Amino acid sequence: MSISELYYNVDNGYLEGLVRGFKGGILRQTDYLNLIQCETLEDLKLHLQSTDYGTFLANEPSPLTVSVIDDKLKEKLVVEFQHVRNHAYEPLSTFLDFITYSYMIDNIILLITGTLHQRAISELIPKCHPLGSFEQMEAVNIAATPAELYNAILVDTPLAPFFQDCISEQDLDEMNIEIIRNTLYKAYLEGFYKFCQEMGGATADVMCPILAFEADRRAIIITINSFGTELTKDDRAKLYPRCGKLFPDGLAALARADDYDQVRAVSDYYAEYRLLFEGAGNNPGDKTLEDRFFEHEVELNVYAFMQQFHFGIFYAWVKLKEQECRNIVWIAECIAQGQRGKIDSYIQILE
Amino acid sequence: MRSVKAVIYTLLSIFIFILVLIGLYYILSGEGYRFDIGWFLLAISPYMWANTGVGLAISLSVVGAAWGIFATGASIIGAGVKAPRIRTKNLISIIFCEAVAIYGIIMAIVISGMIEEFTDMDSKTVAKNYYAGYSMFGAGLTVGFSNLFCGLCVGVVGSGAALADAQNASLFVKILIVEIFGSAIGLFGVIVAILQTSRAQMGNLK
Repeated sequence: MSISELYYNVDNGYLEGLVRGFKGGILRQTDYLNLIQCETLEDLKLHLQSTDYGTFLANEPSPLTVSVIDDKLKEKLVVEFQHVRNHAYEPLSTFLDFITYSYMIDNIILLITGTLHQRAISELIPKCHPLGSFEQMEAVNIAATPAELYNAILVDTPLAPFFQDCISEQDLDEMNIEIIRNTLYKAYLEGFYKFCQEMGGATADVMCPILAFEADRRAIIITINSFGTELTKDDRAKLYPRCGKLFPDGLAALARADDYDQVRAVSDYYAEYRLLFEGAGNNPGDKTLEDRFFEHEVELNVYAFMQQFHFGIFYAWVKLKEQECRNIVWIAECIAQGQRGKIDSYIQILE
Repeated sequence: MRSVKAVIYTLLSIFIFILVLIGLYYILSGEGYRFDIGWFLLAISPYMWANTGVGLAISLSVVGAAWGIFATGASIIGAGVKAPRIRTKNLISIIFCEAVAIYGIIMAIVISGMIEEFTDMDSKTVAKNYYAGYSMFGAGLTVGFSNLFCGLCVGVVGSGAALADAQNASLFVKILIVEIFGSAIGLFGVIVAILQTSRAQMGNLK
């Protein structure tokens, strides 16, 4: 039923209020202006103390490194997310689980790649994203083919239904791992889109455009990155998620594209994507295409907070905090390396 | 949620089907006169009508108030974690919802105070008492439903007010005005219910 205002607050009212409070703590323009004027990472730590982050770096030994800051920023988001997830009822708990599946996919691919390069599993586990951990993570290195990986490990995880298209008897090697990653992500995105559509109401209103943009963005990035590699056009077409605006005509045209200009020509048919390509370029002073995509994603996620009584705010909060982490790490890297030229090409989130 | 919908639709459609069947049976067997609304209204005693009105007045008002309070309360608690300053100010929204239940209990007391026994069976007494019974039932329905929707309205708006106040303190007073308008509609129900019962008189005519 779409009159969710009447019963949403029974199970989800507290969590909605809490997450909106977290969103209120996202860094503003003035905070970023303070941060980009820092000379050292210690200054950065001092300025972050006056924000929502507080004394999260208090127990770290000096000298601070950027990777320590990155880990601590991520840890704060993970702790908050786990708190929300622990208090969630159905169907919010399924929704939050869907958010974690993308991190699970990244973790699996990280572990398989690491195993291929003969790294010890104990080295790789700390590099995994905490939100995407699942029980049999350590056992991933025993698999040699995707079929083994599925039968031995993934069949018990929530990712099992997404693995249907990936099972093959070919060995797990460099090329195939990327194909597996993208096929898994495609199945996950389509599954998430279908779930949001079935929820209906404001959740579908808010989440479906966000996920459609994510699907189209992946299709465009896969296409652009595949120029000059061994990936055939048919294989490439199988990796495109079908839940976006580009489906079916845009995806068919993208599958035939041979260079960047043809990709741009395909996106010209879609109003928002044309705008994104217009602002991008490789000249100094232009933003890259990825940056433009990030900006658009941030815009869509901020809109999620304009409606009440839906689940989109949880997804939007996770993605906006992630973007904030990337911003702070970018600024920290610029400070640490002394390259202050591009320090202000972080993505603005809130005014 | 979807299986609840399926169950409700099934039960409702079975119920309507049975009603249609019974109706058709009466019509087709020439006994249509048995479906007699007038008989139904007169066969139920005016005491039943009056007391059902009292029950509806208080219970539907309380449902509306409860719905509003939980909707607002959950949001205040959630938003109050990161913005503790809103906790006391937003209790005003809860008070508006509570007022709705108070309207209900006032009307219930007023209506139940008018209920009296009658023993004469002449037609004028009986007619007056039936009129009184119907008007008390109507008044109970009026105040009950209008308070139900008023409580719902104030609850949803109060939830929005708490969340907005947590982000920007200047918004609270503006949204409170919306709540005041929402609260007024409950008052309309009380006024109409008082008018409905103003000429109702039970008991033996002197």
